[in-house]
Amino acid sequence: MPPSDASALINFDQVVKRFGDLTVLDHLDFSVAPGERVTLIGPSGSGKTTILRLLMTLEKVTEGLIEVDGEPFSHMPRGGRMVPANEAYLRPRRKRIGMVFQQFNLFPNMTVRKNLTEAPVHVLGLSRGEANARAEELLDLVGLSDKVDAHPTQLSGGQQQRVAIARALAMRPEILLLDEVTSALDPELVAGVLDVLRTVAETTDITMLCVTHEMGFARDVSHRVLMFDKGRIAEEGTPDEIFGDPREDRTKEFLRSVLDNGH
Amino acid sequence: MFWDFEWTFQILPDLMRGLAVTVQATLLGYLIALVLGLAIAMVRRVPVVGTAVHAVMEFVRTTPLLVQLVFVFALAPSTVSALTVGIAVLGVHYSAYTAEVYRSGIEGVARGQWEAARALSLPASRTWGAVVLPQAIRKVIPALGNYLIAMFKDTPLLLAITVVELLAMARQVGSADFRVVEAFTVVGFLFLLVSIPSAIIIRRLERRYAAV
Repeated sequence: MPPSDASALINFDQVVKRFGDLTVLDHLDFSVAPGERVTLIGPSGSGKTTILRLLMTLEKVTEGLIEVDGEPFSHMPRGGRMVPANEAYLRPRRKRIGMVFQQFNLFPNMTVRKNLTEAPVHVLGLSRGEANARAEELLDLVGLSDKVDAHPTQLSGGQQQRVAIARALAMRPEILLLDEVTSALDPELVAGVLDVLRTVAETTDITMLCVTHEMGFARDVSHRVLMFDKGRIAEEGTPDEIFGDPREDRTKEFLRSVLDNGH
Repeated sequence: MFWDFEWTFQILPDLMRGLAVTVQATLLGYLIALVLGLAIAMVRRVPVVGTAVHAVMEFVRTTPLLVQLVFVFALAPSTVSALTVGIAVLGVHYSAYTAEVYRSGIEGVARGQWEAARALSLPASRTWGAVVLPQAIRKVIPALGNYLIAMFKDTPLLLAITVVELLAMARQVGSADFRVVEAFTVVGFLFLLVSIPSAIIIRRLERRYAAV
């Protein structure tokens, strides 16, 4: 069962997201507890990625409210009402959230080191020395210590994505959003990236929201799986429940189609 | 004699002084165009203000430089030198073009770069200064270089507002002695002397940056 609102780190309250006439999220309610790892599955266009993008403030909610750590996040109180959060309100709060993208989105004009130290230095106020030490530690974690002075274009997709994971972790986020992080990778590179994420899951208490088609990975690391369909949660449960004994036909159908595609 | 070498060498120092004015006007005007164009390209992304700035720049771009020069010179206070007016008008006029070049470069930066910067909470100064502009400007260096040459070739228009640049100097010394052929031929060579090396440098830049 979802945790009660009081202890939730993330809470979606009747969240609606529309793009023009298209309703992507339809009065969505759900909560994530601190340290919980939640995997979002479902057919494409079911709104999973939009949830991550709303939390990263890359999109704005159309209706409803997102709360983080019991505080309004998508909105802020002003003059006794809730108004959409402005940049000054979001700035300190957004820092607690990190995201890894499907297309890596490393900065190609910077070395790996610069990619990892830019935000810790200019956002968290770390000294160059501290940021470098942190970067080297994280590159060690993702197995790329020898690439510290390389440029992203000199790395394989899998290596780039591991650097991108390290870049997100360098901000010491409480919440890590993973948006189809292996979908753009050649099949032989997927395992390396997932191994890194397994280590992160096992060795930290970072709250993770993960959109993925890697069902084996989802089963291994997540505490809870949410099955989305048409902007709503069609079914939710433990990985064993969802993958072992799904109740809803939509879930069964989706899992069958994913497995047939060789994922 | 149709071509008087001795006379040609005599006028050369005067013409070189004219060339110095031409180069000065070009470089200073270009500096304005580079800085102001970038500012315009960035402001254009701001709602309302951006639209207003765009309208003004469209007006500047679609009216002749010569008309702008004469117009501003007529309105400028007499304490401002003709050369200063010329440099300012050249710079502003070309900033309308460089702004478009910068804009295309900025729009060419992948959306994911903006999103990654936001996901890392980078302040606007770092998002622009460390992420977007280094990628955008790299791509448009060749296009910006072409405007340097175009601007250089437009400097003779300054003679309309009494700036004695290369062409005006040639006209003065040439018509004084009725030897316009030598004077204008040398002017042509001097323009080539500057623009050919510039074009070669820009071609090199193009080759170096276009690959990335």
